Amino acid sequence: MVQVATRDAYGQALKELGREYQDVVVLDADLSKSTKTIDFAKAFPERFFDMGIAEQNMMAVAAGLAASNKVVFASTFAIFATGRAFEQIRNSVAYARLNVKICATHAGITVGEDGSSHQSIEDMALMRVIPYMKVIVPADGTSTARAVRAIYHEPGPCYLRLGRSQVPVIYGNDLNFELGKAIKLREGKDVGILACGIMVQESLEAATMLAEMGIEAAVLDVHTIKPLDREAILEVARRTGCLVTAEEHTVLGGLGGAVSELITSECPVPVVKVGIRDEFGQSGSPRELLEAYGLTAAEIARAAQISMSKKP
Amino acid sequence: MHEINQKVIDEIREKARRLRREVIQMVGRAGSGHPGGALSAADIVACLYFWEMNYDPQRPDWPERDRFVLSKGHVAPLLYAVLAETGFFPQEMLETLRQFGSPLQGHPDMRRLPGVEASTGSLGQGIGWAVGMALAARLDRRNSRIYVLLGDGEIEEGMVWEAVMAAKHYKLDNLVAFVDNNGLQIDGPLADVMSIEPIADKFRAFGWETREIDGHDTGVILSTLNEARQAKGRPFAIIARTTKGKGCSFMENQVEWHGKAPSPEQIEQALREFDCV
Repeated sequence: MVQVATRDAYGQALKELGREYQDVVVLDADLSKSTKTIDFAKAFPERFFDMGIAEQNMMAVAAGLAASNKVVFASTFAIFATGRAFEQIRNSVAYARLNVKICATHAGITVGEDGSSHQSIEDMALMRVIPYMKVIVPADGTSTARAVRAIYHEPGPCYLRLGRSQVPVIYGNDLNFELGKAIKLREGKDVGILACGIMVQESLEAATMLAEMGIEAAVLDVHTIKPLDREAILEVARRTGCLVTAEEHTVLGGLGGAVSELITSECPVPVVKVGIRDEFGQSGSPRELLEAYGLTAAEIARAAQISMSKKP
Repeated sequence: MHEINQKVIDEIREKARRLRREVIQMVGRAGSGHPGGALSAADIVACLYFWEMNYDPQRPDWPERDRFVLSKGHVAPLLYAVLAETGFFPQEMLETLRQFGSPLQGHPDMRRLPGVEASTGSLGQGIGWAVGMALAARLDRRNSRIYVLLGDGEIEEGMVWEAVMAAKHYKLDNLVAFVDNNGLQIDGPLADVMSIEPIADKFRAFGWETREIDGHDTGVILSTLNEARQAKGRPFAIIARTTKGKGCSFMENQVEWHGKAPSPEQIEQALREFDCV
């Protein structure tokens, strides 16, 4: 299986974007080698500005550049981008509806050995509740490259959530990627699994496990958390009558939260959330951590059966 | 355009007087707002808009324009007054300050009002915007100069120093920062709440060309701006010693007039005092 880290795909895509469009400017906060903005920095040094370990200023500088008609890509680790600089994003980027694309890497617990301080488990929730902010969590390298292009063309603030580890490539180059349009990866009538990021691959594996038990699961790659593809999700909800959400994120406020908000008002069905159970991460290898925190195909399969059992 | 003589100084002082009048009336009518810090900054803003800066009220998007960022965004009434006075929008709109639906929001909103370069209000962020604008101007090889006005309480925000550091690192000599050093913040004098002095030393230590001036001496503000334009390879900081509430006897140096609206009687008295200058 071919594996590509979404941050590597980001670095490459950003460089290609920079080659094509002169108004792209990139900022980083001393993590360029990790976020892979270094690819752009080497190719277009005059359009790359390292802001040093100063994330709050980075976001305000991004606002100033965007107010001067640049399309700004600002990168650092997810915890620092969305945590430390939350208010700058909210007040300087989002309130002014500026063309700043916050592309944060090392999201989730698969950051691994660095431990909890560096593992953002809440970034999707934080960004989702800001008005005008679009939130995109691509599942693989191919969709990441597409997403980078898509957010360049999408006016206004965007948050792109990327990981650290290499992950299986799910999509071929024929992928038709559209912001706000979930991708139906598998049809099924018994339960609907809505996933994002690394949990999409786990969901596909869970669906295989369920199939062996005679359960047909639909699987949706909900790469855009905001705006949510309401139609696609409601369609699956109506067809299956029960849902599972899966994300490398707290069960509070992320994909699970967004789906629950939609479902409770439009099509009340059971929603069982797979994610981090409102606790902090810790040091470990990515695989160890995923097992320890229940972010696995087996856990999704279990959740699917629980969801089915909750049907009235 | 950048000549200094008594006639020029008198004209700018007259403009500053008009700005003070507008600020007091605006805040009084709105029933809320921040008069003290607006009055302390009026002379600086008058120098910028009526002498220093290159801009066109008919073309607020003109790329070559100079830009003014009000980082101490709470003195929005002062910004609104000068934008109306220079013709960015009709004077009558000043009557709508802080009203529901008005483009004149409590703190500046660049999306609603022409001439507003940055949406500020949360202290410490405007100077970051200014750094971004200065970088963009250089990238585009534009002669635009960026002017940013900060409060002295505002520079207690750590983020300010991130921006100050970045401006020096990137050698932004198209950037001029004023600090309105009126010595007062909300909970009391800065010296009591969170001492920040010596301000000029801090800017110098961060590598900025720095001057300390009387923020109400129009001639000195102008000559310092002349100096700032000569700066090469580093940004320029002007620490302006000012009086909060300047021009209005019952507001001068009073902590309580940070964010309070004057009564109709108080407005009348203030206007009389401004007119006597």
